[in-house]
Amino acid sequence: MKIFKLIFRNIFRHKLRAALTVLGIAIAVMAFGLIRTMVGAWYAGSEASAPDRIITRQAVSFIFPLPLADRDQIVRVPGVKEVTWLNWFGGVYKDKNNFFARMACDPASFTDIYPEYKVTPTELETFKKERNSCIVGQKLADLYHFKVGDVIPLDGDIYPGKWEFVVAGIYTGEKPTTDVSAMYFHWDYLNERITQTQPSRANNVGWYVIKIANPNEAATVSERIDALFKNSSAETKTETEKAFASGFIAMSSAIITGLQLISYVIIGIIFLVLANTMIMTARERIREYAVLKTLGFTGKHIALLVFGESLLMALIGGVIGIILLFPISAGVAKGMTQFFPYLAIAPSTIGIAVLFSILVGLVAGFFPATRSMRIKIVDGLRQIG
Amino acid sequence: MKIPLSYSFRNLWTRKLTTIMTIVGLALVVFVFSAILMLANGLEKTFVGTGSDQNAIVLRQSAESEALSSVSLEEANILSTMPEVALGADGKPLITKEIVTMINLPKRGASENDLSNVIVRGVSAAGLVLRPQMKIVEGRMFNFGASEIIVSKGIQQSYTGVDIGSMVKFGGRSWKVVGLFDAGKTAFASEMWADNDQVRQAFNRQGFAVVIFRLKDKEAFASIKSKIAADPRLNELKVLHEQEFYAAESETLATFIRILGLMVTIIFSFGAMIGAMITMYAAVANRTVEIGTLRALGFRRRSVMFAFLIESLFLALIGGVGGLLIASLMQFVTVSTTNFTTFSEIAFSFEMSPRIIITTLIFSLVMGFVGGFLPSFRAAKLNIISALRSA
Repeated sequence: MKIFKLIFRNIFRHKLRAALTVLGIAIAVMAFGLIRTMVGAWYAGSEASAPDRIITRQAVSFIFPLPLADRDQIVRVPGVKEVTWLNWFGGVYKDKNNFFARMACDPASFTDIYPEYKVTPTELETFKKERNSCIVGQKLADLYHFKVGDVIPLDGDIYPGKWEFVVAGIYTGEKPTTDVSAMYFHWDYLNERITQTQPSRANNVGWYVIKIANPNEAATVSERIDALFKNSSAETKTETEKAFASGFIAMSSAIITGLQLISYVIIGIIFLVLANTMIMTARERIREYAVLKTLGFTGKHIALLVFGESLLMALIGGVIGIILLFPISAGVAKGMTQFFPYLAIAPSTIGIAVLFSILVGLVAGFFPATRSMRIKIVDGLRQIG
Repeated sequence: MKIPLSYSFRNLWTRKLTTIMTIVGLALVVFVFSAILMLANGLEKTFVGTGSDQNAIVLRQSAESEALSSVSLEEANILSTMPEVALGADGKPLITKEIVTMINLPKRGASENDLSNVIVRGVSAAGLVLRPQMKIVEGRMFNFGASEIIVSKGIQQSYTGVDIGSMVKFGGRSWKVVGLFDAGKTAFASEMWADNDQVRQAFNRQGFAVVIFRLKDKEAFASIKSKIAADPRLNELKVLHEQEFYAAESETLATFIRILGLMVTIIFSFGAMIGAMITMYAAVANRTVEIGTLRALGFRRRSVMFAFLIESLFLALIGGVGGLLIASLMQFVTVSTTNFTTFSEIAFSFEMSPRIIITTLIFSLVMGFVGGFLPSFRAAKLNIISALRSA
């Protein structure tokens, strides 16, 4: 056990250097965790999807609308339980940076198909009754301090004009992965105004969300729906909710790959900082190691000393980095609400960060440890500086 | 008296391994930093290069992208008779009425279901005159009135089924690929072009998406802008300089790349700065006697501090130049991603610029300065007698 005491004491001989190294590792581990958390935020949408929901969109891109008339045909497809539809509204709330998803929905069928959005019965009642009302997610309400009864003004871009929606309720998520950062309002209200201002765009639907009776039939039901509209002016593409969400992720795959590359560069930097410190430390202590050998300690003991020190520093740095990750990612989420409304740190991120710290600790200690282990007593004692 | 620069420089080589490790650490940070700037720059350049400052584009007021815009036949006809539109050599107005839509194509090497959106643009005869950066490099131009398309070389290289002679199915018809074009580093390099009337009929559109024309002179833009605003037949439209319009299309994505990238880089540049600091502290500690000697010889505290600071700045500069060199190799890489403003695939490359070089070098010198300041301060503060005794 004596050797552990020695390792511990050794670290703190150069207090400043140890502190700097640990800090460097901590920051790098934190940056690594932050990147993984950001990448994870991308995938969050596809993980929250339900197996019994499929989505029908215009075959080329969901930016092209589908006619509302398709609904009547989709409902009759065998295996379909219920159909609802959504329109992406876009728009600007006060400032372009206040980005959150705003969608037009059919409240009755929407709340049936998305049971994971929880609203109190009275709030649900008002939402269904009031045509200009909307519901907002809990996190959105926290961020912008929306309360029931507030009016949310939006400047339309896809749907031009000034729009105002009254908050009827604030919904919470059934599970932590449920997205509670969107706003939903009445499709009828939107359609009514568009019918007046731009009649050619009336009765258009962004995409259909379809609840199916049996999740195992997703593929066959999807084929049946797409067959209905084959060779029409608006061909459709139907896929599971998960595939639909993954489509979004695939669009930014180049950015995700870039971020992942950066995270490996960061590991490289942790390694360089720690290896540098360990090499310096071992070089300075060559005489000591020679003395230890003279006293009868073997090369193994000395290698253990170096490895232990490297590993311990990496671990301390790693743990501090993980602790720092929490406030920092909360700050980043706040600074970049436009892109990442919320960042949740996955347990796997913490696990991988710890794993990498250990790995870096071992690899960084390898070179100085082998060198110190092999030194000849005579040479070591002769060494100056 | 000043300590010669060579003192600082040669000291770096006395402990090569540590120096190299620190430099590599700095270079890695600099590499990521400049690569991100290059990426955002390449994206912006692609879009800015797409538009010409002599052309104007007319869209529906609510439309943020070409694909979501619509201009009716009447509106387009009114526009083509405006005196602000320049005339071509043949005396016809230089105006192109375009349809912009998207189709799905499978990428090379990807699975069959992994489709990306590619823009199909239907153009008038003036379409090519207005875009001098467009050149047919293989095959021929499509014939107006036929179901033929020309494909950008970049698209042909990254997607399957669009080689010359092959048939592409969309809009309920088969289109023959008759030519490949090169559009340089512009957004057109991610498109396919065909006859606007054919595309319009195939997609069953009542009108066009946008109208683009050459401005007669510098004053023409302001005059046509006020005409459009005043004319009740046209006031649902807006007119923009073509260059500004395309630049705005890239803004969101470029900002995203910059903010995200820089935030991450700045956080982990602390890692590299700390690396430099450790190295410099060790350099000071190892040379305590030397510093004492220098001071005893009559060198001032200021000179000692300066010498160490220079050493650290040298480290940073070598790291910075190294990082930039690796980053400049990235210029051969082309990235393709979805532009969330248009929801279509856009290809662009890493683009170095003098401004990026300067920014990056300043960034690395700042890292060297921050990392070296405290250690040099410690070196300058050393007491001569205790420094000389410390051996």
